[in-house]
Amino acid sequence: MGENVAIVGVGHTKFGVRNDVNMPELAWEAIKQALMDAGLEQKDIEYVVVSNAGGWSSEPLPAVVIAEYSGLAPKGTVRVEAACASGSAAVKLAHDIVASGHVDIAMAVGIEKMNESPTPTVVEFIGRAGNYFWEFHNFGLTFPGYYALYATAYMDKYGATEEDLCKVAVKSHYYGARNPKAQFQKEITVEKCMASRYIAWPLKLFDCSPITDGATAVIVANEKVAKELTDTPVWIAGIGHATGTSNLSKRTTFTSLEAGTLAAELAYKKAGIDMDDPTKVIDVAEVHDCFTIAEILAYEDLRFAKRGEGVKLVREEQTYIGGKIPVNLSGGLKAKGHPIGATGEGMIAELTNQLRNKVEKDRQAPIKNGYALAHNIGGTGHYAYITILSLSKPRR
Amino acid sequence: MSEGKKTQKDMMEEQMKQFYSFVESMKKSMGLPMVPDMKTGQALWVDQREVTLKFIISIDKIKEFFNALADGKLLGTKCKKCGEVFFPPQKDCPKCMDSEVEWIELSKEGTLLTFTQINVKPYSFAHYDDYIVGIARLPEGVNVTAWIREKDPSKLKIGMKLKLEIVKREPENYYTYEWVPVE
Ligand SMILES: [Zn+2]
Repeated sequence: MGENVAIVGVGHTKFGVRNDVNMPELAWEAIKQALMDAGLEQKDIEYVVVSNAGGWSSEPLPAVVIAEYSGLAPKGTVRVEAACASGSAAVKLAHDIVASGHVDIAMAVGIEKMNESPTPTVVEFIGRAGNYFWEFHNFGLTFPGYYALYATAYMDKYGATEEDLCKVAVKSHYYGARNPKAQFQKEITVEKCMASRYIAWPLKLFDCSPITDGATAVIVANEKVAKELTDTPVWIAGIGHATGTSNLSKRTTFTSLEAGTLAAELAYKKAGIDMDDPTKVIDVAEVHDCFTIAEILAYEDLRFAKRGEGVKLVREEQTYIGGKIPVNLSGGLKAKGHPIGATGEGMIAELTNQLRNKVEKDRQAPIKNGYALAHNIGGTGHYAYITILSLSKPRR
Repeated sequence: MSEGKKTQKDMMEEQMKQFYSFVESMKKSMGLPMVPDMKTGQALWVDQREVTLKFIISIDKIKEFFNALADGKLLGTKCKKCGEVFFPPQKDCPKCMDSEVEWIELSKEGTLLTFTQINVKPYSFAHYDDYIVGIARLPEGVNVTAWIREKDPSKLKIGMKLKLEIVKREPENYYTYEWVPVE
């Protein structure tokens, strides 16, 4: 199983339209925060994994551009892609090279500069993120379109409504309004969401996460180093990963993401969490709500609710603070923003600070058991990475 | 496409044209492709290089599929060893580590599994009216994604019967396939 690995420093920029900085300048904001948070210097970082989806931004070798600008070169680096789950994949790789004993300290940096291209170009690129030849080329599916296929099927099977989906967005904006790093910091109402135009029927504008620039960073270290650096290391207790089909037509269900379900089982097993009711142990979760329907699917894939009952958690407001399990207290992808390659480290940075009791008071979850979960999906269930964090040292 | 009506593509292109003519006027006065962000005034450099993406894709192993479309047929493939049917067609069966995979003609009937209407379209599809995309299951147990010939998504129901037609996609003028609701 290798060595225990802990998070010792995190960084998270303001998400949004970041036309005030270029790509390496934006990345440096997050890297600097993470180094200062850990009390480390660049020379201490032995390997850097950079997550970036790209295509819409000008630099084709972002890892090197960032390493040079941030003074992390000449240490080794690589850029990884797992679509919207690239960030969690980067943390997994940083974790693995530390767990293997190869290095003592590694860093995962997430970066996305989506606003370097006009919106139609970005819509085009994300629409191609499924199966280009058999889905996009002839039928012009978009990213909201793929999730709309799930929304139509889920609503039909379980009687969920467009109002139910809007209630997810209302919660995201409620917490986004309390997060100074969020792209959208204004509360919305169900009426406002319902009145917004269709993007991919039945999904409307307020069901969709925005186009976002952002950077995030997570520094991980082995047990010996972590204990020297901090009194509150946040341990990586388990990571689960799985892959879905690239072509949606090859899937057997459109009311759950099979890869997400499988990754959850693997992560719970590794972390030793009872799968019958993980909400008993997990204090707070960040789930992949690129669209409102995706948050409901996540509740069920993660076993926070039975199949078909995720929508009940929404109606009963069970995922606000004080409910069964607080979810997306950052505002989620929907309100905090979704800078594709930076989203995963962003979730893990947020949860690290939640476990440390260090986020804004009106969106701080009560930490009882010291467990948090990041659910990060790439594409439309193409990639799934689930990372479980813990304040107590994993038993190996 | 409706005649005389502006498509999303027309609107996108008008917007881009306006922006680039603004860039040209800034270039004329400053000698640099530097413009202020419309909202914040932050300085932006506008790329002076441009690239077009148009891929050339190898289809030699599955060219029968495309040739059959021209004859009005929808083909899939089937592994001679394990019997698995593939759509989209593929000539390798990963389960059997084998390439003994044969062509079969698929029935052109389906049951609708799910659907959506694309309202905000990608640039390369922005010249079309809003289109409906659906996934339907064939009796052979494989699913086919395609446009559904219907303008109003509220007229469709999951579980309804559809027929597949081989059609010419216009204005590009190439063969593809489309689901049609059965009255
Ligand atoms: Zn076979």
